[in-house]
Amino acid sequence: MISNNIRYQLKIPGETDNLEIIRQFVSSIAEKVGFTADDINKIELAVDEACANVIKHAYTKESKGLIDIAIEIDYKKLVIFITDHGKGFDVHQILQKDVKEYLAELRVGGLGIYLMKALMDEVEFDSQPGVKTQVKMVKYFLKNGKLKTNSANES
Amino acid sequence: MESFEVTRRQDGNVAILDIKGYLDAHTAPRLEKEIQSLVDENRYNIVVNFKDLVYISSAGLGVFMGFIENIRANHGDIKLTNMSPKIYRVFDLLGFPTLYDIFDDEQQAIKKFKVR
Repeated sequence: MISNNIRYQLKIPGETDNLEIIRQFVSSIAEKVGFTADDINKIELAVDEACANVIKHAYTKESKGLIDIAIEIDYKKLVIFITDHGKGFDVHQILQKDVKEYLAELRVGGLGIYLMKALMDEVEFDSQPGVKTQVKMVKYFLKNGKLKTNSANES
Repeated sequence: MESFEVTRRQDGNVAILDIKGYLDAHTAPRLEKEIQSLVDENRYNIVVNFKDLVYISSAGLGVFMGFIENIRANHGDIKLTNMSPKIYRVFDLLGFPTLYDIFDDEQQAIKKFKVR
């Protein structure tokens, strides 16, 4: 495990074609710092969901922009900041619904956010519409004070 | 490069879609187009075989959400088969096993259509 804080950054056009590159960027770093295969899958999917939301909702065909993905690592956690400068959203409204409501309505729009929260240890949203929207997601190296094991059955 | 492929087979009155590779917000429209083609041909008995799918995001799950109501209203269904544990976990996290029939094996799903 590394002792000093490290920061990686990727700025990339907000297009679905780039989700593949984003996933590879994030998973290669998660692998490098020692996460289990199971956690790498979770981190990769959570970041995909966050970036797909930016591409779908923050930017339009007429006003495409960049997605800024920054990853900071210290001795106990990996923190991912995903920032865009699109139209933003009402954070409170998005967090109110739960997955059952979305499923009941056969709507998929909020499922990405539900997944992000289920896959990561912490997820925070900060949106200043028209200025900047940032999603912060955290994954700890330790679970309940113990080093995570590389088990395929880990939930 | 990560890719996605969808191919179609037929077993009696059941259409089978084999999906392969990476199903995300970029590739989901291709699956959507294929299912739309089936619906346009009034083929509502659909099995999707996930054997060669290695990745799925909610955009992929959203494709099934988008069609299921119409397909069931027409007395059909979308049944899902041969998922790897990694793919199944995403469906499970979102509560899909209560909404969709998910089988280990393609033949089990086809049989379900035939006994109806």
